[in-house]
Amino acid sequence: MKKIVLSFIAALGLIAGAAHAAGALALDKAPNRTNDLPALQNGAKLFVNYCVGCHSAAFMRYNRLTDIGLTPQQIKDNLLFTTEKIGETMKAAIDPHQAKEWFGANPPDLTVIARSRAGLGGTGADYLYTFLRSFYRDETKATGWNNIVFPNVGMPNALWQLQGDHRPVFEEHESHGQTVHVLKGWEQKAAGSMTPAQYDEAIGDLVGYLQWMGEPIQKTRVRIGVWVLIFLAFTTVLAWKLNGAFWKDVK
Amino acid sequence: MAVFNEISPNASAGAKLTNWFENRFPTAFDAYRVHMSEYYAPKNFNFWYIFGSLALLVLVIQIVTGIFLVMHYKPDAALAFGSVEYIMRDVPWGWLIRYMHSTGASAFFIVVYLHMFRGLLYGSYRKPRELVWIFGCAIFLALMAEAFMGYLLPWGQMSYWGAQVIVNLFSAIPFVGPDLALLIRGDYVVGDATLNRFFSFHVIAVPLVLLGLVVAHLLALHDVGSNNPDGVEIKGPNAPRDDKGHPLDGIPFHPYYTVHDILGVCLFLMAFTAVIFFAPEAGGYFLEYNNFIPADPLQTPLHIAPVWYFTPYYSMLRAITSEMVYVLIACVVLGAGFGVIKGRMPVIFKGIIAAAAAVGILLMLNIDAKFWGVVIMGGAVVILFFLPWLDCSPVKSIRYRPSWHKYVYGVFVVNFFMLAYLGVQPVSPLGERLSQIGTLFYFGFFLLMPWWSQLGEPKPVPDRVTFAAH
Repeated sequence: MKKIVLSFIAALGLIAGAAHAAGALALDKAPNRTNDLPALQNGAKLFVNYCVGCHSAAFMRYNRLTDIGLTPQQIKDNLLFTTEKIGETMKAAIDPHQAKEWFGANPPDLTVIARSRAGLGGTGADYLYTFLRSFYRDETKATGWNNIVFPNVGMPNALWQLQGDHRPVFEEHESHGQTVHVLKGWEQKAAGSMTPAQYDEAIGDLVGYLQWMGEPIQKTRVRIGVWVLIFLAFTTVLAWKLNGAFWKDVK
Repeated sequence: MAVFNEISPNASAGAKLTNWFENRFPTAFDAYRVHMSEYYAPKNFNFWYIFGSLALLVLVIQIVTGIFLVMHYKPDAALAFGSVEYIMRDVPWGWLIRYMHSTGASAFFIVVYLHMFRGLLYGSYRKPRELVWIFGCAIFLALMAEAFMGYLLPWGQMSYWGAQVIVNLFSAIPFVGPDLALLIRGDYVVGDATLNRFFSFHVIAVPLVLLGLVVAHLLALHDVGSNNPDGVEIKGPNAPRDDKGHPLDGIPFHPYYTVHDILGVCLFLMAFTAVIFFAPEAGGYFLEYNNFIPADPLQTPLHIAPVWYFTPYYSMLRAITSEMVYVLIACVVLGAGFGVIKGRMPVIFKGIIAAAAAVGILLMLNIDAKFWGVVIMGGAVVILFFLPWLDCSPVKSIRYRPSWHKYVYGVFVVNFFMLAYLGVQPVSPLGERLSQIGTLFYFGFFLLMPWWSQLGEPKPVPDRVTFAAH
C-alpha cells in the first residue's frame, strides 16, 4: 500500500518537474516597494510620464494617489496630463484605432496588470520588472524593438532614453541537434540618461507603483486582518470556555 | 382554533409576551422545539460533524455578500469587468464584500467536500437516511451549477473561456447537442446574452433551488435523526431511553451543539478571514491570475483550467480519449459477462443485460470520445446519488469495518487529489495515463462497492455509542 502511495507521489513530482521546466522563464526578483511612499510617488511620476500616453489605467482614479501621500494640489499640478479633473480615471491619450494600426494591438489596460501577470514563473511584479528591463533594438521588427521576456512584442521601449542602448549577449548551444540561443548577459552599447543601476532603481519604483495600483487596498487589508484575527482568537477562547461550561454536564 | 392559553396577570412581562406570541404563532414554537431544544443528537459527534453547520454559514455569507455585490455589479459584457474593479476600488468596503464572496465560493466547496467525506466514512447515507444523502447530492449539483455560472460574472479571460469550454461540451451530445449549447449560450459564442442569463440563474434561480433543497435536507435529517461516528442508532427500537423517553445517548441540539458550533465557527472564521485579508487570491487558486485580464473573445488563453473545485471532474473528462473508449468497452464486456455467467437470475434478465451491453458497445464505437468524456464527467457526480444502494457492508461506520477498508478510502482520497491536481495542469502523456487510471479507480470504487464492501470480517458494533466525558 505504502509503495502505491509513494509511486503516486513520485509520479506527481515528475509531472510537476516537467511543467516547471516547460514554463521556465528566469525572472529577476522585483524589489518590494509597496510600502515605500517616496518610491511609489516616483513610480507614479514615471507612470504618468511614460505609460499613460498609450496605456490606460481605466479603473484607477487620479485622486486615489492621495493614498500614497500626494496632496490633491500636487496631483493636479504635476500628474494630470490627459484630463482636467482629479476624480477622473487614468485614460490614455492615444486613439484606440490608431494604436491598433501602429502596434498591431491595443495597448492593454494597466490597472490590474501586476495581478494578471503572476504565475508566469514569479509574481506579477517579477514579470514586469524583468520585462521592462529586457527590451533591445531589433531592426527586423516593425517597431525596431524586441523583448527577451515577450518575443515579438508590439511595444517599443518607451524608456529607451533613460536606459540607453542595451543589447543582449547570446550564447549558442547545441541541444537535441538544434542550435539554440541562450541569453548570457547584457552589454551597454551607449549610455542613457541613467546608469544601469539607476535605471533598475527607477524600474523598481515603477513596478512597485503598478503593484500598488493593482490593489490599492492591499496594505489596509493586511492591517485590518491582523485585528480581525486577534478579535477572533479572543472570541475563540470565549467560545471554548462556553463550550466547556455546557459540556461538563454531559456524561 | 388551537388551544388558547391564559396566563396569570402576575406573570412577568417576558412570559406574557411569549404567551401572546405562542397563542398566535404556535408553529414557530413547535419548530424551535422539534429542530433545536428537543432535537436529540448523538453525544459522540467528533470534529467531522462541524462541516454541515459551516456549510450553512457559508451559504448565508454568500447570500448576504451577494446581495451587496448585485447593488454595484453590472451584468453587461461591456461593463461587467469594470464594475467588479469599481467594487474593488470605489465602493466603500466593496473589496471586503467581494473577497468574502470569492473566498466563500472556494470555502463552500472545501466545507461540502469534507461534509460528504464524513458521510462516506460513517455510512451516514445508509438506511434510513438515503433521502438525506440524495438531497445532499442534489445540493452539491446545484452548488456546482451556481459556482459555474457565478464564475462567468467577473468577465475575465478565465471566466469567458472556462464557460466557452464547458458549454461547448454540451454540443458533443448526439442530435440535440449543438442546439442545446445554443440554448444555453443564447448566442453562437459566449456573449452578452450568456452573461445576462447566467447572472439571472446565479442570483435568483439556483439560489432558490439551493435553499429549498437545504430545507429538505435538514427536515429529512431531523425526521430520521443524525447518524454518528459509531453508526449506532440512538433512537432505534432497542436503544436505551430515559424515563421521559429521550434517548440516553442523545443530547438536545440546543444548547449543546449550538455552543459546539459556535466554537467551530470561530475556528473556521480564523482560517476564512486569514485567506480574505492575507491571501485573497490563494496563490491563483481562488482568484485565477488570468481572470484579471478582461474577457477577449478573439484571444484564447494558452492554458484553460477550471477553478480547483471542478478539476477532478475535468481530469476525468480529459481522460476519455478514443483509446480510453476501448478500455471502457472492455469494462462493459467484463461487467456484462460476469453478470450473465455468475448472476443468479432468470434467463430473460441475462438476455436483457447482454442486449444492453451490446447496444452500449455499439454506441461507444459510433459516437465521438468527447461525448463519452462528458458522460463520464456527469456520471462521476451522478454515481454519488446511488451510494446508499452500492454500499452493502454489514456495518455503517468505518470504525467497525475491516481495517483494510481504511486503505481503500485512503487511496480514494489520494486518487481524488491526484485527479484534482492533474486537472489544473496542461495535458501531458504521463498526466493523461494517470488520469485514466484515476478515472477507472474512481468508478471502480463505486461500481464494485457492492462486492468489496462485503469482504472481510467486520468488528463487533457496540450497543451504545462510545463517548468519554470531556
